[in-house]
Amino acid sequence: MTQTRSHIRDNTGDRIFSAVTTTITVLALIMALYPLYFIVIASFSSPEAISMGKVILLPSGFNTAAYRFVLTEPKIWNGYKNTILYTFVGTVFGTMVTLMAAYSLSRKDFAGRKVINMLLIFTMFFSGGLIPTYIVVSNLRLTNTPFVLMILGSVSVYNMIIARTFFQNSLPDELLDAAQIDGCGNARFFFAIVLPLSKAIIAVIALYYAVAHWNSYFNAMIYVSDQRLYPLQLILREILVLGQSLTNITDPSEVEALVERQKVAQIIKYVVIIISSLPVICVYPFLQKYFVQGVMIGSVKG
Amino acid sequence: MPRKKTLSLRPFKKNLALYLFILPMLVYIAIFNYAPLYGLQIAFKDFVAILGISGSPWVGLKHFRRFLDSPLFWSLLRNTLVLSLYQLIVSFPIPIVLALVLNYTPSQRLKKLTQTATYAPHFISTVVMVGMLFIFFDPSGGLGTLIMKQLGLGDFNLLTEPGAFRHLYVWSGIWQNVGWSSIIYIATLSNSSPELHEAAIVDGASKLQRIFYIDIPVLMPTAIILLILNCGNVMNLGFEKVFLMQTSPNLSVSEVISTYVYKIGLQGQQYSYAAAIGLFNNIINFIVLLFVNQVAAKTTQNSLW
Repeated sequence: MTQTRSHIRDNTGDRIFSAVTTTITVLALIMALYPLYFIVIASFSSPEAISMGKVILLPSGFNTAAYRFVLTEPKIWNGYKNTILYTFVGTVFGTMVTLMAAYSLSRKDFAGRKVINMLLIFTMFFSGGLIPTYIVVSNLRLTNTPFVLMILGSVSVYNMIIARTFFQNSLPDELLDAAQIDGCGNARFFFAIVLPLSKAIIAVIALYYAVAHWNSYFNAMIYVSDQRLYPLQLILREILVLGQSLTNITDPSEVEALVERQKVAQIIKYVVIIISSLPVICVYPFLQKYFVQGVMIGSVKG
Repeated sequence: MPRKKTLSLRPFKKNLALYLFILPMLVYIAIFNYAPLYGLQIAFKDFVAILGISGSPWVGLKHFRRFLDSPLFWSLLRNTLVLSLYQLIVSFPIPIVLALVLNYTPSQRLKKLTQTATYAPHFISTVVMVGMLFIFFDPSGGLGTLIMKQLGLGDFNLLTEPGAFRHLYVWSGIWQNVGWSSIIYIATLSNSSPELHEAAIVDGASKLQRIFYIDIPVLMPTAIILLILNCGNVMNLGFEKVFLMQTSPNLSVSEVISTYVYKIGLQGQQYSYAAAIGLFNNIINFIVLLFVNQVAAKTTQNSLW
């Protein structure tokens, strides 16, 4: 570590240096957090106050009308439900496939591991691309089904390499030898001994997959046209990027509601950002160390 | 390897379970990675859905020639390369600088807090990220627009201004990923041997000298591997963010090869032509990767394989 305490006094240059690094760190902290903080306070403010620049440190013109609109909107809830389903199934599937493959490839006595490794790594650098993939998916009749959103992109070779590196470095060979002498087969060894010893890597891989599923919109955009199957991100795209209003009101008796909705249309954008990111933000501080662990394991060249 | 018939199946039988374990992954890769690679042949064919991939007639390099002759070719290539290189050049050094700065921040609590805070934006989805840009730079009262007015930078609509597209794209990417990209450098720094620093301190080296003569050399191997990987993706610009950030006025700079493939192929149903453009893109990309890896291996002894 560089924070080694020494008896040699810091010279002036080093003291200035520390002041500079502290300043830059504080600036980085503010720059990372402020946009996120602003979204939160703006979601509780009035549109007028925001456009006049009054919302800087605290909400101004406090109101929660936009929250009421968003939380009573069935489309949002349906998107939420779909995203949770896709994320859950996709993550469980992807994590299992990845860990099992990673374990096999981590075994030195696994004949053919070099070839299989090459086949897998090649796909990281060269892919068929969008159109051939689209043709495959539609030939399998997977378009407009929830399955394509659960399965496609649910397995990543990169994550497999992270898991494989972990198994290679953390499971001593003697463990397997001892188990084999006791007559424990490969399958039992994996489920009864390897997995319980690998909780950290299971968490890392599952988290990576879960975040990727939660945040993805692209596959849904190209493979699904049925609105009932839309994940949350696609509904967010309509609201945030395409600027569509949440619902089309046709009933004249609801004109009043429409006018009110127009007023808070801008705030609705802040609210949907918060509502969609809430699950990730809530778990993030607790799971941060696992995410970071994944980067470290992945960085070991294997 | 000399093989005796009686022995050849033994390693497979002994580890049968391991083959079953890897089977789902292989099936997945076969379907979603290798089947599309087989399907790439439509780039050299006139794909007709009823005839299927193998039944469609060969047309040689027709689609590639059409793309190279297309008036859009140079502008697509330029947009892709400029945006990509801009991003590469900016996003390479900044995480290293952040890691060094954090490493020399005296207060450990401030360091930890800043690390946690700068990792967070990495988990924001692309849709929300672009949505935030649209909100902040909304010409009628977005926070960014207000700040620009206050600073006297004028009253632009950055979202449609072609000159602003690349800066918005790259710098919002920095905001989102700088913390995350710095993790690996921070880890490398804290794993480096303290003796070097102790010796340097005894010799009276200033912190700045320690950075240049100890820390940067320590970070170099990691940095070069990451640089190779990034160069290998120089043509693989994230479709997702560019596509969402496109507005019709900024298309002159924001139409890149991947977004064009999507529009021509899936919206325009010209499968073969789009597949050819995609393949062209991938081949260039692969060549760049091999080239950069070769150069790095020769000059710095760091390489991917």
